[in-house]
Amino acid sequence: MMETLDQLFVLLKRWVVGEFPAAWRLWLSPLIDAGAIIGVFAGLFAVTTLLERKGLGRLQNRMGPNRVGPFGVLQPLADGLKMLTKEDIVPRAADRVVHFLAPIAMVTPILLAYAVLPFGRNLVAVDFDAGLLFFFAVGAGTELAVFMAGWSSRNKYSLLGAMRGIAQMISYEVPLVLSAVAVVLVAGSLSLPSIVDSQAGYHWGWLARWHVFTPWGLAGFILFLIAATAESNRSPFDLPEGESEIIAGHLIEYSGFKYALFFLGEYLGLFAVSALGITLFLGGWQAPVPFLAWVPSYLWFGAKLLGCIALFIWLRGTMPRLRTDQLMNFAWKFMLPLVLVNLVVAALWHGTAAWGFFGAGATRWLLGGAVLWLTYSALSHALFTAPGRGPRTYRYAD
Amino acid sequence: METAFYVLAAVTVAGAVAAMALPRLVHCTLCLAVAFVGLAGHFLLLGAEFVSFAQVLVYVGAVAILVVFAMLLTRSADAPPAWVVSRPGLLGVGVAVLVFGCLAATVAGSGLAGREAPPAPEVTVKALGERLMAEYVVPLEVVGLLLTAALIGAVILALEDRAKGGT
Amino acid sequence: MKHTPGWGLLKGLFETARNFVGSYYQPGRLTTIEYPDERLPVQENFRNFPMLIYDGADPERGLRCVGCKICEKECPPQCIYIVLERDRSGKVQKRPRLFDIDVSVCMSCQICVEVCPFDAIKMNTEYELSTGDRFGALLLRKAELAKPNEYYRRLHPTEAAEVDARLAAAAQAKAAAQAKEQAKLTAKPAKPAWSTQP
Repeated sequence: MMETLDQLFVLLKRWVVGEFPAAWRLWLSPLIDAGAIIGVFAGLFAVTTLLERKGLGRLQNRMGPNRVGPFGVLQPLADGLKMLTKEDIVPRAADRVVHFLAPIAMVTPILLAYAVLPFGRNLVAVDFDAGLLFFFAVGAGTELAVFMAGWSSRNKYSLLGAMRGIAQMISYEVPLVLSAVAVVLVAGSLSLPSIVDSQAGYHWGWLARWHVFTPWGLAGFILFLIAATAESNRSPFDLPEGESEIIAGHLIEYSGFKYALFFLGEYLGLFAVSALGITLFLGGWQAPVPFLAWVPSYLWFGAKLLGCIALFIWLRGTMPRLRTDQLMNFAWKFMLPLVLVNLVVAALWHGTAAWGFFGAGATRWLLGGAVLWLTYSALSHALFTAPGRGPRTYRYAD
Repeated sequence: METAFYVLAAVTVAGAVAAMALPRLVHCTLCLAVAFVGLAGHFLLLGAEFVSFAQVLVYVGAVAILVVFAMLLTRSADAPPAWVVSRPGLLGVGVAVLVFGCLAATVAGSGLAGREAPPAPEVTVKALGERLMAEYVVPLEVVGLLLTAALIGAVILALEDRAKGGT
Repeated sequence: MKHTPGWGLLKGLFETARNFVGSYYQPGRLTTIEYPDERLPVQENFRNFPMLIYDGADPERGLRCVGCKICEKECPPQCIYIVLERDRSGKVQKRPRLFDIDVSVCMSCQICVEVCPFDAIKMNTEYELSTGDRFGALLLRKAELAKPNEYYRRLHPTEAAEVDARLAAAAQAKAAAQAKEQAKLTAKPAKPAWSTQP
């Protein structure tokens, strides 16, 4: 029974596809996958906008939206209606074709990235041998979309925002990919379902074998989260949009449905990168404790995804925005060395996997943790607290 | 599969032609990216997943962006649109046709065309990685060294620039 | 622990988490109010747009304004428009026929209040003036501007008490002077103070 419930969507799709003539099946199967992904994640987008507004409100001692429907639950509907009925304005000087294509170029690659994510046991649209590479490859397409939006609007703020956005996305792609490489190194595969399989099982019958419970995994997960926040242009790395300085950046000349598409793309990118983080570090759809393993796998995945989204909302409600030089310094002088050391620690962890003496696990943990902590302390001292590196002084503002 | 090939081929060729023919440089870059994606599709069609994704990652994600940055940083985007039908443009087309003719004649004359295609080997990423790390590790490292040297050179150039321009 | 790098970020996260949880069971934490349902009490020193004060019950006859047009001249954005009343023979009366204030132009500077010698114009605290008719409804007429003195007392108690005391003192002095003058020259009636000034 639980087995059937776990495989519910897989069986359902198999049954639906089986109802159609054989010639159609080849086309029907991916169409159903795509439809399901778009439907589920667009729905999640709507829910998330509400959760984000409510959550941000509470984090800042406000109520958040509570006017539309009970507790404001119909707010996404009102927002959507407002977006769809707004006038679509294209600046006279804009490059109309590129301006029109940019939102499409933004959303399409992000939707493609969902193809390789395993949402549950056997619940993956395409199991590419190089699935992780596919994810990062299509993710790279969004940078061009940001440029298209910024350039075609013919607005200096939008171009500035686009340049900031591209520079930021390229810079943070390096730590993002390198922190994922550590997982690939240990799991020995680029295919996301097999990375999830590599985290199956439990230590001593209760501690899940997730990568986040290893020193390199913990550091990698945190680095991945930071890079993912920057990659999806969210606060505190929301410089490309910086409302107070470049008035929404590359989105400035977009309104109505096109703006909604950008908004959708941004959130879908956040979900995708969260889902990737879950797959790489948090054991994918696996249950955290063995006695809860009967809960359907997609529910575990959904719970972890919502947890990640909540974490991102929490970060957004807490952190102030960085300056551009801080952003770049942080990526290249802090994250990059740390993520490289993390890679070495992961290699050591993998190399010492055969240690069998008593307390080997604890020794490996302490060794890896010590190396990472020392690197972290030394880097942060050299960058932020060393003499002459302290808090910024202002020559004119004081 | 046939249909997919023709669609992809059309997209790639159209993108490449547009990248050469369009008057605005930014449009050319975007069309170049389309051609790159089309090429990646071809690789995917041939079962070379890794090469295909690497193509997108490197060419669309990095090279196209590099071109964009170079374009925006070096010259004004409002340069007068240069239409391809000009004397140097036609000359270029002529040279391209000549080169293509030479290559096509050579390939056709070499007897390769009549050969039966060997069955495509099942290349996994793992096998690819093992080959790169064992058999071809020296060339890989040499390429890495070269790129690092280029990177350091670029940094040094940029630093010198700042020292001169700074206070 | 305090000097560990990254500690400040964790502290910030802890603070916002406390806000999040606290906002559910400590209503005092909430810094906002649900506006259309509840309103903050209006502060005594708050001012928005001018209003005209009248004494007694009749807004037409009790209006303190005598139509001297000082406020109209002094108004920096020139949002006041006054036309004086004339009697049947065309003689100018000492009260305005029209007194309009365009609140879409008014900048709430209170200069009209400061220059008025009769304490006839004061600042209102009414702020819910939004309307669908931006040309008609934002031009306040005399009838809309006229407010009883009791209303003014309610809005600005301290200031109103001061004004009332001053007016009472002036009235008393005037009555005394009048009585004195009446005693001296019974034939000549007293003129209002403002017409004697240059």
